[in-house]
Amino acid sequence: MATIPIGADRTIATRRAARRGLRALRQAPLIPLAILAVLVSVAILAPVLAPHGRLDPVKPTQEQCLAKYGTPDCPYVDNVPPFWSRGGRLETPLGTDFLGRDVLSRLMYGARISLIVALTGALFAGAIGTVLGVLAGYMGRWWDEIIMRITDAWLTLPSLVFAILLSSVRGPGLWNVVLILALVFWSRYSRAVRGEVLSIRERDFVKLAEISGIGKLTIIWRHLIPNVMNTVVVLFSLQVGVAVIIEASLSFLGVGVPPPEPSWGLMMAQERESLMEGRWWLEIFPGTCVTLLVLSANMLGDWLRVRLDPQLRNR
Amino acid sequence: MDSSLLAVRDLRKHFPVGGSLFGKARGVVKAVDGVSFTIGSGETLGLVGESGCGKTTTSKLVLAAEEPTAGTIEFEGRNIADLSRADLQDYRAKVQVVFQDPYSSLSPRMRVGDIIAEPIKAHEALSAAEVRGRVTELLELVGLRPDAARLFPHEFSGGQRQRLAIARALSTRTRLVVLDEPVSALDVSIRAHIITLLEELQQRLGVSYLFIAHDLAAVAHVSQRTAVMYLGKLVEVGDSLELCAGPLHPYTKALFAASLPSHPDESREEIVLSGEVPSALSPPRGCSFHPRCPFAMPRCSEQEPRLLEASPGRRVACHLYSAS
Amino acid sequence: MAPLLRVSDLRAHYVGFGGTRVVKAVDGVSFSVEAGETFGLVGESGCGKTTTCHAIVRLLSPSGRIVSGRIELEGEDLVKKSQAEMRRIRGRRIATILQDPMASLDPLFSIYDQVAEPAYYHRSLRGRSLRQRVMELLAAVRIPSPERRMKDFPHQLSGGMRQRIVGAIAQAGGPRLIIADEPTTNLDVTIQLQYLNLLKDLQRATGVALIFVTHNLGIVAKMCDRVGVMYAGKIVEMQSVRGLFYRARHPYTKALLDSIPKLGVRQPLYGIPGQPPDLSALPAGCAFHPRCQRATDRCRVEEPRQHSPNGDGHVRCWLPIEEAAARG
Ligand SMILES: Nc1ncnc2c1ncn2[C@@H]1O[C@H](COP(=O)(O)OP(=O)(O)OP(=O)(O)O)[C@@H](O)[C@H]1O
Ligand SMILES: Nc1ncnc2c1ncn2[C@@H]1O[C@H](COP(=O)(O)OP(=O)(O)OP(=O)(O)O)[C@@H](O)[C@H]1O
Ligand code: SF4
Ligand SMILES: [Mg+2]
Ligand SMILES: [Mg+2]
Repeated sequence: MATIPIGADRTIATRRAARRGLRALRQAPLIPLAILAVLVSVAILAPVLAPHGRLDPVKPTQEQCLAKYGTPDCPYVDNVPPFWSRGGRLETPLGTDFLGRDVLSRLMYGARISLIVALTGALFAGAIGTVLGVLAGYMGRWWDEIIMRITDAWLTLPSLVFAILLSSVRGPGLWNVVLILALVFWSRYSRAVRGEVLSIRERDFVKLAEISGIGKLTIIWRHLIPNVMNTVVVLFSLQVGVAVIIEASLSFLGVGVPPPEPSWGLMMAQERESLMEGRWWLEIFPGTCVTLLVLSANMLGDWLRVRLDPQLRNR
Repeated sequence: MDSSLLAVRDLRKHFPVGGSLFGKARGVVKAVDGVSFTIGSGETLGLVGESGCGKTTTSKLVLAAEEPTAGTIEFEGRNIADLSRADLQDYRAKVQVVFQDPYSSLSPRMRVGDIIAEPIKAHEALSAAEVRGRVTELLELVGLRPDAARLFPHEFSGGQRQRLAIARALSTRTRLVVLDEPVSALDVSIRAHIITLLEELQQRLGVSYLFIAHDLAAVAHVSQRTAVMYLGKLVEVGDSLELCAGPLHPYTKALFAASLPSHPDESREEIVLSGEVPSALSPPRGCSFHPRCPFAMPRCSEQEPRLLEASPGRRVACHLYSAS
Repeated sequence: MAPLLRVSDLRAHYVGFGGTRVVKAVDGVSFSVEAGETFGLVGESGCGKTTTCHAIVRLLSPSGRIVSGRIELEGEDLVKKSQAEMRRIRGRRIATILQDPMASLDPLFSIYDQVAEPAYYHRSLRGRSLRQRVMELLAAVRIPSPERRMKDFPHQLSGGMRQRIVGAIAQAGGPRLIIADEPTTNLDVTIQLQYLNLLKDLQRATGVALIFVTHNLGIVAKMCDRVGVMYAGKIVEMQSVRGLFYRARHPYTKALLDSIPKLGVRQPLYGIPGQPPDLSALPAGCAFHPRCQRATDRCRVEEPRQHSPNGDGHVRCWLPIEEAAARG
């Protein structure tokens, strides 16, 4: 029997793969990737890069103390504006906060905490939610009944109140915040994943696998999870943003990452009134960091969604 | 017939409908209601009938994807309801399926080689190299190049995907392949390839087919025997060519009349059925075809006709052919 | 007498990816439809049948453009009409029946509302006469007890009934031409037969012309007077039905005829090798040459022109042209 050529021969196929790789690189969202890379490396290198400590005030000069307090000697000068404003100094380029601590250094250390909390929190939530969602959708019956009842109950809980409640039990602390985020947000994933699984399990390839006697766990691992990854990745990128904000709220209420450790959310929360009083830098810089993180996570998530789908990625 | 590979006896599948999870069901759909047939080794049995008559449900029962409400399925002389776990796994290796939609039957996230290898890995302890060798063989068997194994399904056309589905169905020591409308979703110019391929494979490998379709011409073309189904029951079974030469049951006749002419001057006995296919939820009493049957007699609305031998090898369920 | 519809050298292309990819879905199609006749348009999926139909009623999707050609309906060129003028033509003079009956009925409106709409706008019927007209139309498509049924909503009807409602809607504006794009693809064979017979009866009663799009040669044999066979955006052969089935001229038509199983005959089927071409990257020469058993060197480089042997239809293939030349 004649064979039907598919695509072309091996050399062309490899060349095509190479070209595809190049194109993928070109299509990658370079700006969000760069932003994330910068944030991550700053977080890692914070002790090296930060010009000052994260907890101690910057030593003021005599002129500063004189101008502010009328004495040449003072422990710190608070609320110094960024260097380009009047009264600003190059030594504290983004100004200082209400305890005279360097905002730039705190932002750098804050990146560590915020990234760890947001990424791991959303990741754990995603892992729990995906597993439960797949089980509910595929196993059906009482698995579905029980998991989805809990999910629904979870979804009706106001997430912030729930988080506060949990943290008042666990007490403040970085890993407690991560745990809380996972416990609060898994239900977002499980609901979406279950819906997806319900439609995937009706697709013929799942039925084919069942008919050929493939085990349930193998089907879940090989057919269901890869096909829900799209949804999970997109949700994950959205949840990272929400997680940063929840973390901030918890910190503000004193049940999150405990001060004086800096996290972006905490920095914003501690300076809420400062915007009104003209000390915008205390609010804008951490806010910008949060926005950049959330936006780039979303854009990267969207790109990943396309890359993960073999049908979309060759377009 | 003891020589038969598959023997289905009085198979029934009733679905409860209308109830909520804990409430009681309000009715049953008799999707399959007393179906018996046999398939010999290397034989093709065609199953025709209109949408919703229970063809797919029958195939699911044969594939042990659904539990029958009543009736038995014997494969190689053994009732599959009595099989042990290990034997059932063996059954699943020997009975495979090809679905209608080539776009949904191949997992979009897996490479073609892995898709074809999946049943092999589940049923046979082979080394990775042996599996790869088998996949290559199978791809060649269905007329595709071996390097197809590294590609994803979306890189193939509908006809090629159906070839892949066939390769997968033949990957273990398959004895019986259920073909549920394998060409309905394909382009006209591609259908002939797949039908020819199936016929060639049968000759080379001696597999049996249960070929399901609603196109009588295609079914009669590939199968030695044809069974006609209406509302969950078989109404006529017989040799395909004989059935085409002289359909007996009025429904079969109507199907013939309705299958389109192959050229403009072909004259057909015009039997235009009035009405629609009745719902399987409340099938008519007596012969379920009687509300649409142009030959219906008073008896037809009261007594259900049984599937009786009308001539050797030919069974019909119709009062026109049952004496007294 | 001028034909009811004459399409001349129609080209409709889809432009995608910022103008970098042009899909030549319809690329030089010419045919005409006389009043009261049925013209069949057959071909594989993706050869441009639907695009041709949409171009005629000027309903191409936003990425589609009519590049050139004329579409004359009773002498008026539709290509030059504004969309406002087209709205008065669609439904009143040309009606369309689409493939999916569920998608072409609005689930939120009753059968009455949907059948009445074209009669209201195009025939200006109101009140009792409108009601009367709807009843007539439903009766004409053999909906049992139309009085009761017209209050129903689409989901309450079976597939076959929905399809007949779509037929009634098409009739409602009293059109001269109905374009039916694969109207029976989703129907059961016995229901399909009912519906095809119904269309024929309607045609006999009203004298409406039909353009029947299908990929099923059996339907062509049953329904059509003349047939155009489309391949890769072109009509490669056009003939009367009998001519097509008994004296097919194009290798593609012949192959298509040999590839369908015939009832009760177990002769081997012929499968056309290869696949339909990508309409955005057509092969040089005759678009069919990579799949043609009889292709010559000339086929691979030079596109066959339209050739009309003895007046009945035309064909785009070098073989008949060369045979004719050899005969003198
Ligand atoms: N899981 C189910 N629950 C309830 N009813 C069902 C179920 N599966 C099938 N049915 C019903 O059983 C009947 C037979 O369905 P089946 O899918 O076997 O028909 P079919 O002959 O394969 O039709 P088609 O040609 O459309 O594929 C239909 O009326 C269908 O609605
Ligand atoms: N909106 C669109 N944008 C770009 N390309 C399109 C669009 N619609 C159709 N096409 C392409 O145009 C070609 C012709 O499509 P068309 O729908 O006319 O085919 P068809 O003959 O009706 O096929 P079928 O039998 O599947 O209905 C196809 O290759 C299709 O991919
Ligand atoms: S022109 Fe040539 S290639 Fe095209 S169909 Fe005719 S013979 Fe075949
Ligand atoms: Mg089915
Ligand atoms: Mg179309």
